[in-house]
Amino acid sequence: MKKFLALLVAASMGFAMCACAAESSNEGGLIKVGIINNDPNESGYRTANDADMKAMFTEENGYDASFFYSLKNEEQIAAAQQFVQDEVDYLLISAAGTSGWDSVLTDAQNAGIQVILFDRTIDADASLYAASIVSDMAQEGETAVSWLASQNLAEYNVIHIQGVMGSSAQIGRSGALDEMVAANDNWNLVTQQTAEWNAETAQQIVQAVIDSGESFNVVYAENDDMARGAVAALDAANISHGVGGDVIIMSFDCNQWALEELLAGNWNYDGQCNPFQASYINDIIQGLEAGNAPAEQVVVMVEQGFSADTITQADVDSFGI
Amino acid sequence: MAQNGNQKKGGSFLEKLVALTRKQFFIPIAALTILVLFNLIMDPSFFAITLGTNSNGDPVLSGYLITILNNASELVILAIGMTLVTSASGGQDISVGSAIAIAGSVMLRILVGGPVNPGKIILAFLVACVVAMIFGAFNGVLVAYFKIQPMVATLILFTAGRSIAAWINNNELPIISEPLFGYFGNFIPGVALPTPVFIAIICVIIIMLVLKFTTLGLYTQAVGINPSSSRLNGIDPAKVKLITYIILGLCVAIAGFIKVSRFSTINYSVIAKDIEMDAILAVALGGNSLGGGKFNMASSIMGAYIIQFLTTTLFKFNVVSTALPAYKAVVVIVLVVLSAPVVREKLDSFWKKLSTKKSVKEAA
Repeated sequence: MKKFLALLVAASMGFAMCACAAESSNEGGLIKVGIINNDPNESGYRTANDADMKAMFTEENGYDASFFYSLKNEEQIAAAQQFVQDEVDYLLISAAGTSGWDSVLTDAQNAGIQVILFDRTIDADASLYAASIVSDMAQEGETAVSWLASQNLAEYNVIHIQGVMGSSAQIGRSGALDEMVAANDNWNLVTQQTAEWNAETAQQIVQAVIDSGESFNVVYAENDDMARGAVAALDAANISHGVGGDVIIMSFDCNQWALEELLAGNWNYDGQCNPFQASYINDIIQGLEAGNAPAEQVVVMVEQGFSADTITQADVDSFGI
Repeated sequence: MAQNGNQKKGGSFLEKLVALTRKQFFIPIAALTILVLFNLIMDPSFFAITLGTNSNGDPVLSGYLITILNNASELVILAIGMTLVTSASGGQDISVGSAIAIAGSVMLRILVGGPVNPGKIILAFLVACVVAMIFGAFNGVLVAYFKIQPMVATLILFTAGRSIAAWINNNELPIISEPLFGYFGNFIPGVALPTPVFIAIICVIIIMLVLKFTTLGLYTQAVGINPSSSRLNGIDPAKVKLITYIILGLCVAIAGFIKVSRFSTINYSVIAKDIEMDAILAVALGGNSLGGGKFNMASSIMGAYIIQFLTTTLFKFNVVSTALPAYKAVVVIVLVVLSAPVVREKLDSFWKKLSTKKSVKEAA
């Protein structure tokens, strides 16, 4: 019995050593990245972002990736510290909060680890990271508003449904519209309220406008859920919307189902908030591996707006999140 | 003699008024009257109801009053369960919003993929009921058997619920395209009143019948007033508390069904957000003591409708919706202060003084 046990132990140790050997031989060819992201449950945007990262940083593409998720800044910083100790080659961070990152990034720099920020920026010295890949929310708003202006309506009576006040998406997307309304006499806000990204609140806001009998011809909702709520209120009141309808429906985020609404002509416009950052990061890493520093430290992603007149099934498939 | 009679009459009228203000129904009625008067003065068209058609050509009633009845439905259903829980355990369940996310997520998980037919919807609803009742029982066991304060016990599910809901559907946001599923949160073709109104009314009728023909109401109040004396009378306080939490779980499942049916989809982080606060407010508006004991179900239900009345009024007058909670907070403060024993005593003595002064005047 004892002999058998000893044999078993010896065998298992042998296996373990084999496993170690296999791992270290693998490590040679792979680029080791530590990825710190927000919780994928947070939103459809984050889910798409996480799926995109997971699809890019695979062994087939030459990466050995470890993922860490948290919505708490301090947990993320602790995880970054751990990744530095694990001697990753690259540290990719979508920070939950903007402050408190200096010391861990300095440690990373001393250990020769390149840091790339994605989606979120932080308050730290620019020398501490190699690149930062961001969305420009104000640009998203401007693209949308200039599209609306190009519709050449005689009068713009807008129901403006805002996201959670103070969020970067809300500030960026509201800004352009506010400027336009202030600058032009034929642009009016029928109502401007926050529905806090909530479809039901958006429905109630639009319902209240309909019940009051005020006329409007544009619904500018700052995300797809709220646009869906607004449209539900319009449908119940038999107010036509979309292409050829009485009311123009505008939205942001480009969920797959929302783009399908666009394709069906029920909505008019959907502005992209690009969650697909992995290819940008990959380009930068490959460049750094080849010895080339990124051309620009801050990379603003291309974000387009889709119009119901021009959208195709291919757009829905490739840009829907 | 005649003068004397008059004098008495004056006194008794004031006394009646005082007695009326002490009635539980007084608070919701007063709140409703103020809201109705305010709207009547500001814009009588608030009460207009019109019959039109929706985009499918089906007849629908519309107007602020219909909006109120429609959107208050989930809150009314939750207020039923919350009243029982408050009465029996002397505390509130703050996890109902998260639990709605779970119940809704369960339903969509069953319905997504494959054809949707009535049988499948019923199955999904029943499973959601069972799941929500299990989570209700979880809260109930913590409160009844582990004697944890209700707010602390339900804080667990309040925090974890939305993540659990997201996990059930693998973080995906399923959308049910079958129109049949949307009937329960919108309109049944040919019926001009929104379906949630009917669902809420059915729930109210059921709970009224249950309270009338079973001992549920009596036992809950007995346990809430004095657990040890009710034990001496053969009622198991822990069991009664547990049952109230399971009933609340059932209410959560029904409310969750309406919520996901409204848009045939779910957003885990915002669905039924802050609804727990409204449900608790409905109970308080109904004049029920949040410390447990005696309750009046009809008052709570009215409280729920009043909250939606207030919300819709504020929307109508274009109050910025971030400011809505602030207005609700003002209502809560006024209610809590008015129902505080110290204030009540002061008011009583004030009325008495007024009535004696009047009678003295009349006598002179």
